[in-house]
Amino acid sequence: MLTTQLLYGLAACFIVALGLRTALLHASLLHRVIAINVMGAGVFMLLIAVAYRGPGQQPDPLPHALVLTGIVVAVSATALALALARRLAAEHDDD
Amino acid sequence: MTDAIIWVVALPLAGALAALLLPRLATAVAVGTAVATSVSAAALLRGVATQGVLHYELGGWSAGLGIALRADGLSAMLLMMTALVVLAASIYTSAYITAPAERARFWPLWLLLWTALNALLLSGDLFNLYVTLELLGLSAVALAAFGGKRAAVAAALRYLLVGLLGSMMFLAGVSLIYAGYGTLDMAQLAHMVTAGPTAWTALALMTAGLLLKTALFPLHFWLPPAHASAPAPVSAVLSALVVKAAFYLVLRLWLHVFADVVTPAAANLLGALGAAAVLWGSWQALQAERLKLLAAYSTVAQLGYLFMFFPLLQALPSVTARDVAAGGLVMLALTHGFAKAGLFLAIGIIQQRSGHDSIQQLDGTAQRLPATTFSIALAGVALIGLPPSGAFLGKWQLLAGAVATGQWVWVVVTAIGSLLAMAYIFRVIGHAFGHQSYPNLPVTVAREEWPALLLAAVAVLGLGLAGAPVWQLLEIRV
Repeated sequence: MLTTQLLYGLAACFIVALGLRTALLHASLLHRVIAINVMGAGVFMLLIAVAYRGPGQQPDPLPHALVLTGIVVAVSATALALALARRLAAEHDDD
Repeated sequence: MTDAIIWVVALPLAGALAALLLPRLATAVAVGTAVATSVSAAALLRGVATQGVLHYELGGWSAGLGIALRADGLSAMLLMMTALVVLAASIYTSAYITAPAERARFWPLWLLLWTALNALLLSGDLFNLYVTLELLGLSAVALAAFGGKRAAVAAALRYLLVGLLGSMMFLAGVSLIYAGYGTLDMAQLAHMVTAGPTAWTALALMTAGLLLKTALFPLHFWLPPAHASAPAPVSAVLSALVVKAAFYLVLRLWLHVFADVVTPAAANLLGALGAAAVLWGSWQALQAERLKLLAAYSTVAQLGYLFMFFPLLQALPSVTARDVAAGGLVMLALTHGFAKAGLFLAIGIIQQRSGHDSIQQLDGTAQRLPATTFSIALAGVALIGLPPSGAFLGKWQLLAGAVATGQWVWVVVTAIGSLLAMAYIFRVIGHAFGHQSYPNLPVTVAREEWPALLLAAVAVLGLGLAGAPVWQLLEIRV
């Protein structure tokens, strides 16, 4: 049903907005890294909703492939952010 | 010639892996890769000039499923600029970074950054663009943190978070495009996109993400610390190429893919932000106490000029006039790329020799480092936009377009911005020529001084005196 897709789409937009809000307004580093990941989850959910082609039909595989790539990128970026944050924290302790 | 399109991506990638596996030979591998990639970029430019748009489908998978590479005049020119800047900066780095352990860590990231830049410029598909944007962002952040000083790591972390936010907004826009049109291929989209809520929202999201990455005022806050605390060759590449990659995407989307969707009001908004960037960036550059900070703020200002072309391209009535203005825009972007890279490399030499880059304490620089001082002056000529630099031709088209469409405000902003640029460049030159009674003997390291000088010379003489092909190449498009 189309309404299912719409529901998922709207929920995805809400998650994106939630993540964006925290990423912009929160000063704490960890909060912002997590918020960007939440935003990413929203975008991926939007792509999954886009793939829906109606009941009983195969979903469109292309957006799913995009989501997989997106997850890999998001994990690597989060790892780099956390590594840099640890380096900063370590230097902070030395001071 | 279609082979060149794959070599410009494959060579730096292979070089990055080789430099990682052979840490002792990393410098030799990297400089060799830089030469080979530059030759491929030149072959690609020649191929585009003689045969028109080039296509390549990786692994034989057609566009839509596979990765399609595409080179037109605009991407081939930017690719060539990238090649020359990275080649010069690579030779410079071979003398600038000497510790073997640092070299082994530096070169793989450096070549990965180049791979990402080239792949971005050749990508014909919105999702591949997202992936290349992320690859570019990750390698740029790792390089910006290189050296590991606290200020550099903090700036790099902020750069990373801003970049991620930008990429996520871009990807959200891409999902909307796929939902609305069922394809991500830019050439197909250009025929399908019609004005409406989907296209407007998608364009707004993608543009907002890209503006964050290209540091248009007021989203520029992350740029000065990140560009000013990185090692000199990294600053050169970040300022000259990386921010321009995001700008290139804005240009592609607004001019080619979404040409029918863009409204004059939206274009005016970009122009107004560009004007604010010119004034604010130039003013901050004039106040800067450190040379690198001056150069970074000057980047904010110079990007502003590029955005002031958007309202003109929207308002100019004839196709010919728009093409001429677009050529001016590309000319300005190319000149800034060469000049700013040369400037950062020259600043790096001063910083390395005197241990600081404070503008107040530049006395005697002209006596100690005559060639480097000359490079700074030459790059300054291009940043101000004096003839015969390419920036002069670019600004001329900006003024001509503004006068032709009666948008006088851009004329005023360009005049003030150029005067401020003159002031901040002359301030540096003035201090550099300050007399020092017992200067250290001139020391020259040819591998550092030549790249800076040549890049600045290309910006002033190469593009200014032989710039006509820019307009011809720009007409070859998808």
